[in-house]
Amino acid sequence: MKTDNTNLQFSRRNFIKTSALAGGGILIGFNLFTACKPNVRPDISKLNFNDFNAFIKISDEGYVTIFSPNPEIGQGVKTSMPMIIAEELDVEWNKVNVAQGILDTKNYQRQVAGGSQSIRFGWDALRQTGATAKQMLINAAAVKWNVEAASCSASNGIITNANGNRLSYGEVVKEAALLEVPENVKLKDPKDYKIIGQDILNIDLDKIITGKPLFGLDYKEEGMLYASVLRPPAFGKKLVSFNDSKTKEVGGVVDVIKFGDKVAVLAKNTWAAMKGKKALIAQWEYDGTLESTEDHDRELLKILDGNKFETRREDGNIKKAFAEADKVIERTYESPFLPHNCMEPMNFYADVTDKKIHLVGPIQTPQWTARRVANLLNRKEEEIHLEMTRMGGGFGRRLYGDFALEAAEISSLAKKPVKVVFSREDDMAAGTYRPAIKYRIAAAIKDGKITGYHLKEAAINGNMYGLIPHFFPAGCIANYKVSTGNYKSKITTGAWRAPYTNFLAYAEQSFFSELAEELGKDHPELLIELLQNVKGTTDEKIEYSGDRMEETIKLVLERSNWGKTSSEIYQGFAAYYSHNTHVAEVADIELKDGNPIIKKVTVAVDCGIVVNPTGAINQIQGGVIDGIGHAMYGDFSFKKGTPQAVNFDRYRLIRMQETPQVEVHFVKNTKSPTGLGEPGLPPAGGAVANAIKNAMDKRLYSQPFVNALLKKAEVLG
Amino acid sequence: MPNYTLNVNGKNLTVSVDADTPLLWVLRDELNLLGTKFGCGISQCGACTVHLGKTAVRSCSMPVSMIQGESITTIEGLSEDGSHPVQKAWKELDVPQCGYCQAGQIMTASAFLEENPNPSKEEIREAMHGNICRCASYNRIEKAVESAANNM
Repeated sequence: MKTDNTNLQFSRRNFIKTSALAGGGILIGFNLFTACKPNVRPDISKLNFNDFNAFIKISDEGYVTIFSPNPEIGQGVKTSMPMIIAEELDVEWNKVNVAQGILDTKNYQRQVAGGSQSIRFGWDALRQTGATAKQMLINAAAVKWNVEAASCSASNGIITNANGNRLSYGEVVKEAALLEVPENVKLKDPKDYKIIGQDILNIDLDKIITGKPLFGLDYKEEGMLYASVLRPPAFGKKLVSFNDSKTKEVGGVVDVIKFGDKVAVLAKNTWAAMKGKKALIAQWEYDGTLESTEDHDRELLKILDGNKFETRREDGNIKKAFAEADKVIERTYESPFLPHNCMEPMNFYADVTDKKIHLVGPIQTPQWTARRVANLLNRKEEEIHLEMTRMGGGFGRRLYGDFALEAAEISSLAKKPVKVVFSREDDMAAGTYRPAIKYRIAAAIKDGKITGYHLKEAAINGNMYGLIPHFFPAGCIANYKVSTGNYKSKITTGAWRAPYTNFLAYAEQSFFSELAEELGKDHPELLIELLQNVKGTTDEKIEYSGDRMEETIKLVLERSNWGKTSSEIYQGFAAYYSHNTHVAEVADIELKDGNPIIKKVTVAVDCGIVVNPTGAINQIQGGVIDGIGHAMYGDFSFKKGTPQAVNFDRYRLIRMQETPQVEVHFVKNTKSPTGLGEPGLPPAGGAVANAIKNAMDKRLYSQPFVNALLKKAEVLG
Repeated sequence: MPNYTLNVNGKNLTVSVDADTPLLWVLRDELNLLGTKFGCGISQCGACTVHLGKTAVRSCSMPVSMIQGESITTIEGLSEDGSHPVQKAWKELDVPQCGYCQAGQIMTASAFLEENPNPSKEEIREAMHGNICRCASYNRIEKAVESAANNM
């Protein structure tokens, strides 16, 4: 069993203290990056690393501002991370104000949102930050009273001593800022938590429900022009020439600028920019081939049928296990590309002048993006001032700052402040898509046991990064192998909420449902039986826990009334560990006129301590419905390099009437918390596919399910 | 460019824009009312929903020249301080995740409840079906509409 080496160590040298604040107060912070162990190296391609530092400002009046340096994409870190600091600082939540930090490479490091890692990485350091600040305030009060600090205590922003004296944090904050930073401060016992574990409302809730400008698309500057960009209509095409005479007739259009294979139309308002772009007439050319979905299908199947694989993990003797098997079961699972479709289309503001570069907008990777803009324009990173806005969704799309680079390049050429705005069509056609993947999974069965397991992956533009092969059932089946093959495509691909496992979990858990049926066992019963084999493993690469997964499964079985529902309800089960969180789900389906209606999904989650239950439930409900929606309807194909759907009239996202009720239960323990933005999603497709099997006696081997399922009617919830 | 006088959130405002400019972009770019969101531009997602008179409409597909004197209400004008029963229900249930679609959801829900103050669960689901929430906060949207109906 792997020991958790991601808990960041706290030491004084990482503590940043600034006492000379304009307007008084104390500003303290803790640099988590320098506290990371050297073996935890940042690598954007892995998307599982996240760190930052946290700043606290305490006013003379005792109000606390906590700067949240990390981007908020709807995952709730702007609420939950400050909660952890406030808990240990011991202040009342209604005295806390949270402010979004800007990109600040001197004081903050690695400001990234991705991989459901913020809470997991931040847990120790955020608590230490709050507790250290609290101890400094206590020490300052003790000096004032001329008593031992040990005889003083603090609660809800008030320091008291044995003589009954009281001082508020605001009354000692100036003195506290001048003191030595204490070491080895005591952290609270979880049973004493006052904020952690409470339902704390989304920090921007009031602004959201009253329509205050919060998002990138809402950002404006005096004299700013709106830019609509014409990009190649197919992956692989290049611009030959264009005619902008009609564009220039559109009222409000100011300029037309070619850059690379793109043409930007700059206008005084968004509508004129979009209209001007539509009026452009362009000629395109291409070399080589333009890819279609049939090509991808053929190439990926060729990989699965062939023998050019990279081995990602191999245990025991897979050849022998399959040779000696009583029976071999082999199935192939297929998935399409998927666009991210954040509700807020991609956009970014840039003002590039000789003096500086001002960038504002929704971005999951501000630092990486600033570096790329500096390289693109041959400027220094120090010249860039980047502000992050709240994001209208991320799902991985805003990891790739292509839209910010476009804005910077256009502003640089136009010598004007520019806001690039994607239309929905631009957003869907110029994606960094979840790549199409196919899995072929084979199991060897002997004497009623699974003796061998071989998973082959054929993917586009990337593979499993060496992490996933150590997930379940690695360690549970003696003869085990994961092999991967890859096809390089011109179509841009990238991380999409729960990268890879968003599809893999369905494939694997559908397969285990089929294996259970073959072995005459209940699906969860088979998993629990297999999980016994991983308990006590000495394999350091295996991160999931047999004990925690078993407990999570048992909780969902109990809460979903597994196997005890009425005869009109058909249930399906799936369990999956990803992003350091264990999740098990049961989908309840009814048939209406022969069509499946997903009524309910019961979810059990072990994420350790639940920092903010209302936010946590929201993340899981959203992840489950998102997972079902894309498994059911997400269909994105290409014809000669061109996406066949570019707006919501032809690309189907799940809507209210298709939505089941999602009931969330947490395993109660006091283990360090892990993230929730992604782990709820992967098992959802599997639970639904297995429920559909039980309802309709039909196994689903490809996504979206709707294509294989329903010829005569819609799926309605 | 022609001038158009619009009654928005109780105020008469004049803008000079092309006749085909959608109300959405008049609100956002000309009147600086940024609460109404752009999502798809083809009336499919509901992020741009506003009230025209008492009816919920998709402002992204409504040319400004088509508006004939009906009053327009945006999220900024639904209440002065977020005290409309639908906004209060949204707050009580902590509905948003990213929050981008929620103004449109609230505008759809408030027009719907005005017309049907005692809806069934099925009617709520049907009424909200046209508004996409990419974060899929649908369970809470549904509950919030139910809760608002009880308080209206």
